[in-house]
Amino acid sequence: MSKVNRFFSQLLLYKSALAGLIIILFLVGISIYTVITIPYEDAILLWRAGEQYWLDNPRNALPSWINLFSQRKLPETIILTTERLQVGVSKAIVPTERFSVIKIKFSFNYAYDDFPSEINLFFKAKFNTSSPHLTISWVKPNGEKITLRTLLVSKGEDSYYISNDKVLADDLKKYISNKINNAIPYDPPITLMLFAQEDTTILSPDTSRVMKGDYELWIDGIVFETDVDLDAKLVVYGKIYGLAGTDHLRRDLRIALLWGTPIALSFGVTASVTIALIQMFIGAVSAWFGGKADTVLQRVTEVFMILPFLPLLIMISTLYKFNIWVLLVVVIMLTVFGSGVKNYRAMFLQIKEFPYVEAARAYGASNIRIISLYLVPKVLPTIIPSIVISVADFVFLEAALAILGLGDPLAPTWGKVIDDAYTYGALYKGLYYWVLQPSIMLALTSLSFAMLGFALDKIFNPRLKEM
Amino acid sequence: MGAPLLLVENLRKYFEIKRVFLGKKTYLRAVDGVSLSLVRGEAISIVGESGCGKTTLGKTILRLYKPTDGRIIFDGRDITHLGWKDLKWYRRETGLVQQDPFGALPPFMTVKRILEEPLVINGVKNRREREEKIYKALERVKLTPVEDFINKYPHMLSGGQQQRVVIARATILEPKMIVADEPISMLDASVRIEILKLLQELQQKYNQSIIYITHDLSTTKYFSERIYIMYAAQIVESASTSDLLQNPMHPYTRALLNVIPDPDPGNRFIIRNVPAGEPPNLMNPPPGCRFHPRCPNFIKGVCDTREPSIIEVAKGHYVKCWLYG
Repeated sequence: MSKVNRFFSQLLLYKSALAGLIIILFLVGISIYTVITIPYEDAILLWRAGEQYWLDNPRNALPSWINLFSQRKLPETIILTTERLQVGVSKAIVPTERFSVIKIKFSFNYAYDDFPSEINLFFKAKFNTSSPHLTISWVKPNGEKITLRTLLVSKGEDSYYISNDKVLADDLKKYISNKINNAIPYDPPITLMLFAQEDTTILSPDTSRVMKGDYELWIDGIVFETDVDLDAKLVVYGKIYGLAGTDHLRRDLRIALLWGTPIALSFGVTASVTIALIQMFIGAVSAWFGGKADTVLQRVTEVFMILPFLPLLIMISTLYKFNIWVLLVVVIMLTVFGSGVKNYRAMFLQIKEFPYVEAARAYGASNIRIISLYLVPKVLPTIIPSIVISVADFVFLEAALAILGLGDPLAPTWGKVIDDAYTYGALYKGLYYWVLQPSIMLALTSLSFAMLGFALDKIFNPRLKEM
Repeated sequence: MGAPLLLVENLRKYFEIKRVFLGKKTYLRAVDGVSLSLVRGEAISIVGESGCGKTTLGKTILRLYKPTDGRIIFDGRDITHLGWKDLKWYRRETGLVQQDPFGALPPFMTVKRILEEPLVINGVKNRREREEKIYKALERVKLTPVEDFINKYPHMLSGGQQQRVVIARATILEPKMIVADEPISMLDASVRIEILKLLQELQQKYNQSIIYITHDLSTTKYFSERIYIMYAAQIVESASTSDLLQNPMHPYTRALLNVIPDPDPGNRFIIRNVPAGEPPNLMNPPPGCRFHPRCPNFIKGVCDTREPSIIEVAKGHYVKCWLYG
């Protein structure tokens, strides 16, 4: 134990090692938290299952902490539903002899500096034959009431995407133009027309301002039936969401950033440790037995060394769509006979001649015992730094493969997020957070392992002389 | 004298030298027809200059090398061509003490691990029993108090202490025979005698046979009973220690005795008669007697054409030289 303590106190003399260790511990902490709070199956559902899981999220929303750094407060998402008791929601269904009257009222306060991104209404209707006939109206803070639409709701689940209603857009534009006696020279989005101050500022999207205050949405309906129920949900989508924002599919990027951590760490660490150990073992066998075994292993290594790694990987993953762990195995198999084998063999050829190895033979140690207990431990300290440093290489490799479209199609990884952001033009649209967040995680990971590895190198290498 | 513990007959060990391209195969004859015998509890010395094949002889006897020809019989069993698995019992009965004590100890193991390895390998399964044996072995080599040494790494010990650990390791299985290959040549002069005395003590106390390999004739008188002089892969003279030191026959033995440093200041102006020249190339040894190019008693037409045979000049005193043939 004292040896371990001594090692750590020596390691912590290096500030870079300390910083690297702290970042690694932080990443490990994130990984543990993620695996415990969001089991992998849930993560896959939240990332891949389908729209119903993220329909209430805004599209391409920025992370919510952005509001801390800006005076212009971006709107959060407001969700009002009649399905549970909630402030600002009232629902009444009054049955009479031949028909029922439905009255649902949503009211909310809107005090943000920017317009919402979308507004949607979702219905859940229960009736026998006659569909409810609904009138949807909008009440602005100044008391003005606008009828948005009349519609028939079908059985089961139905929806009305208010902000996608083309007819409504035309009507509203005419209505506001008349009101301010000025034709609006562009096609403002419905969200803007519903929330903007109705004066000349609306004439340009750059000057339009939000009318802050209490808004209401009314649903008045009539059904020619008595056994009726109707639930409605109003979603006013904001422009910020969660810790990490959302992507083009409204998915919470937090899932991918969180789950990307354990995946990246385990992929990187497993790949680098396994590859180093197997290469070392092959090198040791090759050096120790010599002769035919050596010849065969060295020729195989040379063949693998000239095989083009990336094109081969692209070919394999085009033919077989595989998950990230199969990818890991393929990467390991393509790399174990790498140039490392040559280096290790050279080291072992030297160590093999040490007197203590001969002594071990003299007291009858078997070949396996000599390789694993006499040769390998001698080399191990010198290669630990390079194992640690190469973790970052494999984390990057995984991300690069994902960006090339060769990664796991299901797993939420950093590389996949960057790939999506790239495909949907995140930088072109100014959605920097989408690219920057996974990139920062990648950079942090590689930085931490590199810093720790370089410090380890400094510690282990002077010892080479005395060991 | 009873039946010999070790009997080596006409042992040869040739190393194949690889030719780069289509060349004819050549051999390095490191051991070329050596015979010797060793009785239980006896110590013998093999003396010769560097490169004469004495280390190879020791390692071949221990079967670390596969003999090219000849026979090795240990305790009545022929071990010349036994495979690795059949040799396990032989490993238990033999020990090796090497020249460089620091190199002979794995640097990443503690003294305890180092001494435990031979026990684990040779089937001492009980942990307590192993620990007991480790303590006993360390006490035997006088590394006491044992607690001070048991958890140390080799680099924390002095050269003499390292060599004691090496000896403890070689004797922990209580072997019948130990090959000590220049055990003191890398040590400080101050600890050399101690290590030799320790070896002698172990030999006498535990009735162990020792093959002591050295280039320094002066140290052989401390405990060996018989001396074999080796020159160019062959034994040129063998006799009991006192006989050989008092009455050296072979010109090479005389030369070796001549170069022993003499502490008597009265002799400081005597110019020593050191044979000129280099030891012969073992890939292509000289014809006839291998010592003839350097021999002061060279007989032209005899020594350089025919190889001398081994002659018993006195009881138990054998010489391979034309001067006595």
